[in-house]
Amino acid sequence: MAEIKVTPLGAGQDVGRSCILLTIGGKNIMLDCGMHMGYNDERRFPDFTYITKTEKLTEHLDCVIISHFHLDHCGALPYMSEMVGYDGPIYMTIPTKAICPILLEDYRKITVERKGEQNFFTSEMIKTCMKKVVPVTLHQTLQVDDELEIKAYYAGHVLGAAMFHVKVGQQSFLYTGDYNMTPDRHLGAAWVDKCRPDLLISESTYATTIRDSKRCRERDFLKKVHDCVEKGGKVLIPVFALGRAQELCILLETYWDRMNLKVPIYFSLGLTEKANHYYKLFVTWTSQKIKETFVQRNMFEFKHIKAFDRAYIENPGPMVVFATPGMLHAGLSLQIFKKWASHDLNMVIMPGYCVAGTVGHKILNGVRRLEMENKQVIDVKMSVQYMSFSAHADAKGIMQLISQCEPRNVLLVHGEAAKMDFLKNKIKQEFKIDCYMPANGETVCITTSHNIPVDMSLSLLKREAALSGVFPPDPKRPRILHGALVMRGNKLRLIDPGQALCELGLEEHQLRFTSTVYVEEDGPPTKTADKIYQLIKSKVSDTPAQYSSDGSITMSDSVLIKVSGDEESKSVLVSWSHQDEDLGSYLLQILKTGLVT
Amino acid sequence: MKLVCLSSNPSKPCLVLYFKGVTLMLDCGLDISQILNFLPAPVVHSSKWSKLDKYASTDEDLSHELKECAGRVFIDGSFEFACPETNIVDLSQVDVILLSNHSCLLALPYITEYSGFKGFVYATEPTLQMGRQYMEELVTYVERTPKTKMCSKWKSEDIQKNLPPNLKNAVRPSAWKRCYTRHDINASLARIQLIGFNEKLDIFGALQVMSCSSGYCLGSCNWVIQSEYEKICYVSGTSTLTTHPKQMEQAPLKNSDILIMSCLTQTPMANPDAMIGEFCVNVAVTIKNGGNVLVPCYPSGVTYDLFECLSGHMDSCGLSTVPMYFLSPVSDSMLAYSNIFSEWLSSAKQSKVYLPEPPFPHAELVTLGRLKNFKSIHDGLQNDFKTPCIVFTGHPSLRMGDVVHFMEMWGRSAGNTIIFTEPDFPYLEALSPYQPVQMRVCHCPIDTSLSFAQANKLIKELRPQNLVVSHNHTVPPTALPLRTDLVVELEPAPLTYRRGDVLTLPIKRKFECIEISPELADNLDPVEVKPGAAVAMITASLIIRDNKYVLEPLPKDYFHDKKKRGDGSMSRPKTYIWGRVNVRTFVDALTKQGITDIKVEETEDGSIIDLPNDDTLIQVEPESTHIICEGNEVIRIKLRDTLLKCLQKL
Repeated sequence: MAEIKVTPLGAGQDVGRSCILLTIGGKNIMLDCGMHMGYNDERRFPDFTYITKTEKLTEHLDCVIISHFHLDHCGALPYMSEMVGYDGPIYMTIPTKAICPILLEDYRKITVERKGEQNFFTSEMIKTCMKKVVPVTLHQTLQVDDELEIKAYYAGHVLGAAMFHVKVGQQSFLYTGDYNMTPDRHLGAAWVDKCRPDLLISESTYATTIRDSKRCRERDFLKKVHDCVEKGGKVLIPVFALGRAQELCILLETYWDRMNLKVPIYFSLGLTEKANHYYKLFVTWTSQKIKETFVQRNMFEFKHIKAFDRAYIENPGPMVVFATPGMLHAGLSLQIFKKWASHDLNMVIMPGYCVAGTVGHKILNGVRRLEMENKQVIDVKMSVQYMSFSAHADAKGIMQLISQCEPRNVLLVHGEAAKMDFLKNKIKQEFKIDCYMPANGETVCITTSHNIPVDMSLSLLKREAALSGVFPPDPKRPRILHGALVMRGNKLRLIDPGQALCELGLEEHQLRFTSTVYVEEDGPPTKTADKIYQLIKSKVSDTPAQYSSDGSITMSDSVLIKVSGDEESKSVLVSWSHQDEDLGSYLLQILKTGLVT
Repeated sequence: MKLVCLSSNPSKPCLVLYFKGVTLMLDCGLDISQILNFLPAPVVHSSKWSKLDKYASTDEDLSHELKECAGRVFIDGSFEFACPETNIVDLSQVDVILLSNHSCLLALPYITEYSGFKGFVYATEPTLQMGRQYMEELVTYVERTPKTKMCSKWKSEDIQKNLPPNLKNAVRPSAWKRCYTRHDINASLARIQLIGFNEKLDIFGALQVMSCSSGYCLGSCNWVIQSEYEKICYVSGTSTLTTHPKQMEQAPLKNSDILIMSCLTQTPMANPDAMIGEFCVNVAVTIKNGGNVLVPCYPSGVTYDLFECLSGHMDSCGLSTVPMYFLSPVSDSMLAYSNIFSEWLSSAKQSKVYLPEPPFPHAELVTLGRLKNFKSIHDGLQNDFKTPCIVFTGHPSLRMGDVVHFMEMWGRSAGNTIIFTEPDFPYLEALSPYQPVQMRVCHCPIDTSLSFAQANKLIKELRPQNLVVSHNHTVPPTALPLRTDLVVELEPAPLTYRRGDVLTLPIKRKFECIEISPELADNLDPVEVKPGAAVAMITASLIIRDNKYVLEPLPKDYFHDKKKRGDGSMSRPKTYIWGRVNVRTFVDALTKQGITDIKVEETEDGSIIDLPNDDTLIQVEPESTHIICEGNEVIRIKLRDTLLKCLQKL
């Protein structure tokens, strides 16, 4: 029995610093290498000393796979590769490889330059780290070494997000990263074929949520924004530079166009212009509609949305501002929030999930008095709205993916323990498969069992097909195959038994039995033979008997019945080889009883 | 296993492979060189083409169909193309079509539409998108100047044999077909399933098919078709040069049983690098002298490289301000697509998108206004047209498209230059209806496909068991009969194909891969018969699903049922007895069983054991034992069991 061992270093019953260690067929793989937004101390990175305390990680890992560019999936990568030490291959998709270093650099700047931290990874380290990245394209089977192969599938969570199917021999697992099962305005839906992995490692951010229709959510969002600006309020939408931001921009852009609104919409500068460049170059990774129309019109060129300047914070009058980062834990979005929070006409819309410990998470949980780092206290009077626009699969989506790929086991990560537990039970009930949800540092062992491949002689197979007779074969009738399995070293061959014995230099020993039954009966021997033939035909229906002209009866491969004698007494000779022992002894028995009476 | 060749042009291949019960079509190339026999279709009405002399013939209809122009005879009617030979293959039985690149798929609508075809078509995304643009360009050109007249009179055999050589030598003109429609393109391309490089495709559980980069153009690939034991590689348009596409991948093609090769260079004497240099120099010289340059081209492929090299050369000559015009109905899409296919590009080009910058320099040329693209001459070109200039436009056959207009406009002036770069059409034939032309004619064919030297080197490295190539590639080119180095060489000689040939490929299948379920494996009882070799007899139930074979334990009630029927003949899996009987040991064992009167008699081949008390004789020979008794089952079974203990069993 083979095993797959899984240990989350992060994202085990938690959201943030995704990092999962996995051993499959003797290969060690790290899935994602993220940071935690909720912490500023050493807990923000996965604890790599779990792998080794003294050596470089290179000796202990065969490869690292990064699912997408969000920092909670790649934020610790330069730290891991350059400061802890890893020189092996790192796999990610081309868009991830393009965008990831920019977000890492941004993260580094905020941490080092604004918060003044020492001993953090440098720009140079990001560059050397990215040199170790091997880009992957969708559905390509990439051979890491002779035994380990990986294949990426579209995940739809953000531009370039991918799920990875990893295979060693017959064992395999699918790691989803973050994914979205419903297509949206700018990205398609995740898709995977029926790859039947031994293990599916799925995110479970929305393990207990079943979201209403997307159109309702969008209408709701637009109404709230519209109402607020109509009353003269300011709307703050904290977003991450790439991903939901583009989705909501497309949404607002078309709405502003349709309603002919003049209220300004701003997008915080910096990353965004570059971001839109990426979207233009990676159109093949976006939704079907954008792909089809990009030659005529690029959806990522916005008419109504202008670049934001810090000075606009104090501007009077209504406006809508998209500002980074998305969880209000630092940067411009937090700065704007501090200025606008105390005014009740204003509104903040949190369009996605917020990690515990961030300001976003606090206000969503009803905290209205916030103590900031510098003892400053903020009373939140503005309206706080939550609207799930993050592109994660909801409970329905997760179940859908499970039925798509038909895994033998499921392991949940990237979610909250209580919610995971609920989903875990649901999965066990519905699919009758095992489901696991290890905490960080906890190891799960999953045993796998597979069919054993064998080289079968084509002539033997063809002979079987000819014997089974009917064409097309009747699926209900069992087809019986008889052969010799020859094992030499690692090679297994199924061949004709005679050939096997011959090949191995074994002499088959023929064992034959001959018994004689004496009968006192009048008439010529042929008459007795006729009688025997009739008797056999009535008693043994499913083995045909051949009655030849010389009066002998043959059955199966080796059974021979011969009558000899004169008018009065006859001797019936029954002869059979050991192959037909059952038939032979049975015939002998019926002849004895049948002829005597 | 068989291979059928349906195309007469090895650069536009169309092959059908029968393997393991699957019918695969390899490429769907369309040879359109026949249109050189037609008169050009002018974009703007011109009296030149309507006032031509009729072909001198007594047959009124025939002289209507054929026109004499510049000393040659041309067909004056609707364009027709020579399609792949479809009579020797049942298209409705084709399971899979594999398309290697956009220049090898133009016949697809002829194959998949109105033919009963119901299989799958596989291609990469650039092959699909570029292929669509090429088809649309072709249809646009054909439909833009509709010629309604179908010419078929000249095709009748007794007329054709008396026509001038260009028409006399046309192959099976009766099978030529008119161009397909936009509807056919859409229906046909809708059947394509997209695949990535190195994506392993399962074909009905019988075969695995994988594409790998061929370096010829965006998304171009070669194919590895394999079962568990046999491997066939198909090498289509391939380039080992470093241009814009992703590099050719060699490793997956190694050590095949069969290597099928097509699409070698059409211009074996021209070195692409030298030609591109010559091209740039010729352009610059013409422009410096105040002339215009016409480049008949396809809308992508090498054209992208021409933009890049030429703009660089013009910069170095101080001619950066000279405009480049790119005219094609699909120029918009071709420029746009080139920038989004980063994963199909060479690593140098791909690294640009990480910055993020467009991978091709022509994106910047467009932004700067140095390269301007239009759908046609009627699409705003007039407002912008400045001479001297360089015009890139189709069709490279000079029979249709905007190039016809530029030939008429510029052909009479010796200051202008036309530069032929596309290798698909012989340039002198392409020029023939325009003769005499005064403009300078340059021939700089750029074919990045494998040269014969490169092909021979590649074959050596790939080490196939058998090689299959077009017959044309095993003899020197017709124009250069003494250049025996311009052939594909291998010992033993490769198998060759010509249009209509059916080849039997030398592969004999010996094994099929099946699987044994763990439950069955647990119950096996292997006997080590020799050091390192073990045998176990298997009698199991064979489950066949999706062409996959699995052996599982026999159904539980299988033997049970049989017993009830009273026969018992199958009630036990077969056993095999092997070894020799040691008479001494056997007799000792019999004694232990209580049999007392045992007489052993040595014979020539073995021994005869006589048990007079039981009326039984046992004949023991090296390879057989015969127990002859008088019907006493108790004794017989006792003897049997004792004997079996002295032998080995499987």
